[in-house]
Amino acid sequence: MTTLAYLIPVALFLGALGLGSFLWALRSGQYEDLDGAAERILIEREDKPGR
Amino acid sequence: MSCCAPGAEMALDMGSITSVVPSSQEIKLASRSLDDDLRQTELSVPSVHCATCIQTIETALGKLDRVESARVNLSTKRVSVRWHGDEVPPFVVALRRLGYQAHLFAPEADEKDRTLSELIRAVAVAGFAAGNIMLLSVSVWSGAEGATRDLFHWVSALIAIPALAFAGGIFFKSAWNALRHGRTNMDVPIAVGVSLAYAMSLYETITHGDHAYFDASVSLLFFLLIGRTLDHLMRERARTAVKGLSQLAARGAMVLRDDGARDYLPVGEIEPGMLLLIAAGERIPVDGKITRGTSDVDCSLVSGESTPRSVAPNDAVQAGVLNLTGPLTIEATAAAKDSFLAEMVRLMEAAEGGRAQYRRIADRVSALYAPVVHLTALVTFLGWMAATGDWHRAITIAIAVLIITCPCALGLAVPIVQVVAARRLFENGIMVKDGSAMERLATIDTAVFDKTGTLTLGQPRLINASSIDPAMLAIAADMAAHSRHPFSKAIAGFAAPGGQHKFDAVTEHPGFGIEATVAGNIWRLGRRGWAGWKARTGGEGKHGFGGTVLTKDGIIGATFDFEDALRADAGAAIQQLNDAGVSVEMLSGDTAAACAGVAKMLGVDDFVPCLMPSGKVERIETLAKDGHKVLMVGDGLNDTPALSAAHVSIAPATAADIGRNAADFVFLRESLLAVPLALDVSRKAGSLIRQNIAIAIVYNAVAVPIAILGHVTPLIAAIAMSASSLLVIGNALRLQSSTPNSPA
Repeated sequence: MTTLAYLIPVALFLGALGLGSFLWALRSGQYEDLDGAAERILIEREDKPGR
Repeated sequence: MSCCAPGAEMALDMGSITSVVPSSQEIKLASRSLDDDLRQTELSVPSVHCATCIQTIETALGKLDRVESARVNLSTKRVSVRWHGDEVPPFVVALRRLGYQAHLFAPEADEKDRTLSELIRAVAVAGFAAGNIMLLSVSVWSGAEGATRDLFHWVSALIAIPALAFAGGIFFKSAWNALRHGRTNMDVPIAVGVSLAYAMSLYETITHGDHAYFDASVSLLFFLLIGRTLDHLMRERARTAVKGLSQLAARGAMVLRDDGARDYLPVGEIEPGMLLLIAAGERIPVDGKITRGTSDVDCSLVSGESTPRSVAPNDAVQAGVLNLTGPLTIEATAAAKDSFLAEMVRLMEAAEGGRAQYRRIADRVSALYAPVVHLTALVTFLGWMAATGDWHRAITIAIAVLIITCPCALGLAVPIVQVVAARRLFENGIMVKDGSAMERLATIDTAVFDKTGTLTLGQPRLINASSIDPAMLAIAADMAAHSRHPFSKAIAGFAAPGGQHKFDAVTEHPGFGIEATVAGNIWRLGRRGWAGWKARTGGEGKHGFGGTVLTKDGIIGATFDFEDALRADAGAAIQQLNDAGVSVEMLSGDTAAACAGVAKMLGVDDFVPCLMPSGKVERIETLAKDGHKVLMVGDGLNDTPALSAAHVSIAPATAADIGRNAADFVFLRESLLAVPLALDVSRKAGSLIRQNIAIAIVYNAVAVPIAILGHVTPLIAAIAMSASSLLVIGNALRLQSSTPNSPA
């Protein structure tokens, strides 16, 4: 019983962390171009000095 | 997914789609100011489709002067370019040189989609709550007792509150709206079931009861929200894609003021009496009368006529007409809202009838569903009351019935199929406006096609190239390269490889043709009466003075015959439609002779030529009165009323703006095979939807008696709901795999 008293809050906190980071990712536009993100990993970026 | 092969496909698109490079004033008008100096322009580039495209476009645009950055969005097929300075960098031309058609994007189309982010947030919250509550519920099911169980129930109740308030709010609002207007929809049983389940579970928790349905009420919301989000996503995606296509209506025009000043004004601010300068290659924004200049104009979008018309001062021109060869000065005779375009919109609104009456399958099912479910729950309650007199037990069982019948599978059954179907169509370059369009398309038995621009490309093709002296053809082709007249473009395609002729001077005479001088000889390519001035008596071919000829010093060297080029696969598409049991008809504003030729080539038996826009609507209404479900395929402004009069409509991407907005489907590629493909996918989707609804009904038929008899526990409810949802999702996915993707 006592273990539950802190395990449940811990579980909920971790879940809320996941939820929060998803909402943050959504807000910062990371889901705007899913197809593009999938293709972009294939692009080799030119190593420009200074950028 | 196949990867980039811009070569063949692009080349086709390039030649075929009548396109106008937007002028730099137009681009500036459509751009958004970010800083005092920095501006952002949104361009729609429908043909980007892989990493190579992204990289090519971003590097090429980034290299242009004054371009700050360029970013491709592959999902929406858009490029946003940030640039500074007064002069607009030539990015449209740069894109075109790479082989990508780019179209300007209206600035107001830039709004963020609020509903979608609200839905996704709701899904996230509901998913979080459902996961955690389910975790606690599993512990209860596996034997948590006494105080531990009560603790778990209390925690579940707390987690469920925000989920119900935030995610459930969408359903409560919709259900309340429906009830207030005296209707019921799918959301009414959902809202009632979820809130009753929560209330009862709370009571159970307070009285230290065994069974709480927190998990059921929250996971129900989660599943249903997934269905709703997918549905919204599909519609939104098609909508933005369609919105992003070429803006065929002119956005503005150069106005010549009395004091000689020139202003670029948006179309809405042009008033009758203003003098407008229309350069070659621009569309005429409002109805007007020509005051200066001669030119050829392409009326195909307005009247369906395929041959360009030559115009001179005092001729009237309609909004939407494309000026081809020479600069014109026109006096506006009507404001944009009174122009030809606006008249078409009025006709279109008047014609909208059959479609508004259509009710979606999901709505028809839910109209029956809600009363049946509520009645069953009520009867169960009364029955148990009568049998045992234990009101707590009677209510518990009645609520179990409500939960188990909650249209979880039903809410997913329709949208999931339509999302999968829309995705398949999207991959083949077909946009669907909404799910009901697919349901309507599946029922059609008659297809009506417009001729110019739909069955044909509205662009001439040289048909007697083989009988022309190759030397003459090469000269003609090099001369033709200097003009944007459709006949010239057709001839220019026959240029001899390598050998460019050196002309001393080339001039275009709008309305007549092109003149070139080579070593003292005058070559003319154009109208017989003008080019062959020496042969005026003897040289009349079968075309009289109207044919196109190439002359050297007035002596005819070659005659060119044209016909309207057929859209790719038009014949095959009509054949497939016939095979699918759809009768095909052609309606056109063009002459009977032109129609007969095309009809014969394509094997279309029925056609009606010389129709006014209202004539097309009447024809479709007659067919509808005879009990036919009509599909209209058309592209012109003159087809727009017919597009909205028909049961369902399809337009090519090259269609006029309002035509594209009126149509239910828009296909982006040139091939007309898109039409039979859309029909096929829609029919398959229709049968899958019916299967899914049948599955949902069978599930209810099995689960409801168990619930009425009082054997349902929260565990059984959770298993039954998830299983039926997975079943309909799995069935819908068959659409993706059963038929191989045929590249249209």
